[in-house]
Amino acid sequence: MTATHTPTIPPPRRLKPWNAVERGLAKVGISGRMLVLAAPVLWLLVFFLIPLAVVFGISLATKQFGRPPYSPLLTTEEGTVQLTLHLNNYIRLFTDNLYIAAYLSSIRIAFISTVITLFVGYPMAYAIARAPDKWRNILLMLVILPFFTSFLLRVYALTGFMRGNGVINQFLGLFGIEPLVMMQTDFAVYVGIVYTYLPFMILPLYTTLVKLDVSLFEASADLGARPLRTFLSVTLPLSLPGIIAGSMLVFIPAIGEYVIPSLLGGPETLMIGRVLWDEFFTAANWPRAAAVAVAMLLAVVVPIMLLQRAQSAVVER
Amino acid sequence: MKKSQQLAVDTRPWRDTANNKPFVRIKNVTKKFGDVLAVHDVSLDIYRSELFCLLGGSGSGKSTLLRMLAGFEQPTSGTIEIDGQDMTEVPPYNRPVNMMFQSYALFPHMSVEQNIAYGLKRDNLPKGEINDRVAELLSLVKLQDYGRRKPHQLSGGQRQRVALARALAKRPKLLLLDEPLGALDKKLREETQFELVKIQESLGVTFIVVTHDQEEAMTLATRIGVMNLGEIAMVGEPTDIYEFPNSRFVAGFIGSANMVEGIVTEDEPGHVRIRSSELGCDIYVGHGVDCAPEQILWWAIRPEKMSLSREKPQTPHDANVTSGIVEEIAYLGDISLYQVALESGKRIRVSQTNSVRGNPDAITWDEKVFVTWSDSSGSVLTV
Repeated sequence: MTATHTPTIPPPRRLKPWNAVERGLAKVGISGRMLVLAAPVLWLLVFFLIPLAVVFGISLATKQFGRPPYSPLLTTEEGTVQLTLHLNNYIRLFTDNLYIAAYLSSIRIAFISTVITLFVGYPMAYAIARAPDKWRNILLMLVILPFFTSFLLRVYALTGFMRGNGVINQFLGLFGIEPLVMMQTDFAVYVGIVYTYLPFMILPLYTTLVKLDVSLFEASADLGARPLRTFLSVTLPLSLPGIIAGSMLVFIPAIGEYVIPSLLGGPETLMIGRVLWDEFFTAANWPRAAAVAVAMLLAVVVPIMLLQRAQSAVVER
Repeated sequence: MKKSQQLAVDTRPWRDTANNKPFVRIKNVTKKFGDVLAVHDVSLDIYRSELFCLLGGSGSGKSTLLRMLAGFEQPTSGTIEIDGQDMTEVPPYNRPVNMMFQSYALFPHMSVEQNIAYGLKRDNLPKGEINDRVAELLSLVKLQDYGRRKPHQLSGGQRQRVALARALAKRPKLLLLDEPLGALDKKLREETQFELVKIQESLGVTFIVVTHDQEEAMTLATRIGVMNLGEIAMVGEPTDIYEFPNSRFVAGFIGSANMVEGIVTEDEPGHVRIRSSELGCDIYVGHGVDCAPEQILWWAIRPEKMSLSREKPQTPHDANVTSGIVEEIAYLGDISLYQVALESGKRIRVSQTNSVRGNPDAITWDEKVFVTWSDSSGSVLTV
């Protein structure tokens, strides 16, 4: 045997400067993996966690005139550092009926909208998932298409449909039907939310439904299940992860929705996003607004965690 | 014994078509997908308690035919009768037929028990009865302790048995099996093959099995239907298909065969003589064949039906012996496979049983050998 015949594995080619950087970082105990992870961690820290901490801090202050329009938490007086926490903003949230009503109303509107979105979105997602291959991407593209226009424009366009002399009422007028009052009602808010958030429901539902093996439906039919039974016993339970994901994606932003209720809703449409706006801009009460925001965050995080736990249980199964 | 006698008669009803009514009757069934002809004018009679194998390559239409029996596809034309009833338009959930899917199609969100009980629940049986039947099926497929598991907690072989139990749960008149052993490894497949036959025989259910594996078909089937390009190429018992293929396609598809072209020189009621320049000799066939003198036809012979010798053997009629050089030898333990190059350049394969242990005198590479066969060993093929 000669040395020329022994197979040699060529050393991996690397960019030399990066090599040096990597070796240098390794000396201080930093690996490439940590650097990759550092980017999202830093992003979340700077743009999410720190601002959130600031908001939480403001929520524990009290309103005062000046700049900033709230009292400082830490005051230095005669060499002692004093931490003043005002809990009255939070106490007000629970004692003032306005806030409780706004929270409950937000959850109700978000919940009803989510259910409607699910009922509208499920058949659409199912139809797309079962469409012939060549159609599927086109149909998905159509679902995403509204995102190419500004959200605000689309909501304004809805007013053109629903207002007193809008498209719908003009059409109904052709049949001699009296114009319906749609604008400035909860109905208009539901229409707005369902219309805006429908893609967020369809996309996760589609991804779960398209992965389902057609032979499962056939097996169900083969064992004597009619189409509705197959849907209830096989399709629905197996698409549960998609239902949960889609519902979360609709429910959570819908709770804090501000633009849709202000443009489409009436004065009696009470949503926490509007209350927050009013506190912040009209009443200039930053601490109160911050408390509302923190409470809203908690009100949203709890359902998310519950849903996520339910979802992981489903996936595990 | 009386029972076994009955079986011997009952298991071959297709041999006496006058007195036996077919259980499944496929009449002139054609299926088109757009312009593609998946199944073309297939007619087939399958009898009660048969284990019928549809054998063919991919795209031969065997799975489409099975899916039409299950009701997942509608024939473009033709009819399907099961147990005397026209099933052509009946949806799958109203057919007395169950199917075992190639992918098993077990419901992943249900336990083994729930999977097996699924069909029974659809019949609205009382709970106790369902539980009894599920327990019975679990013991039939030897999975008594696995009832509460989910499909993903089972091995491939166990899943296969759950799928079988689920398909048998409703006591279907007809069970369709799509590549039932395809996903199992070789050893498990061999074991399961015999188990499947045992279950089929003990329950007396009619099985129609789709497979691309000829060995599987040979072991399982009472009869085999060989499919090619959407048509049935041949229907017969495994021995018929292997020993008496009706066409070049069947001879080549099942097992291995040496095939040569020849011209009929003598066409007598008792024998036929074919001259084959490819083979380098005359072929004397000891029975009459439906052909004409000067007709070009094909003659096929299995490797194990020929023998090799160093000395030229004496053959009657001055035919059925040719010579060549051994090119390749594949030693397979029980047999050795010889590839012999004939003078015409044609290569033929001859297998010899290794009946002598470590034979030092065995025929080896580059030797000149004579290849011979008897006058009934080959098949004369006109198509």
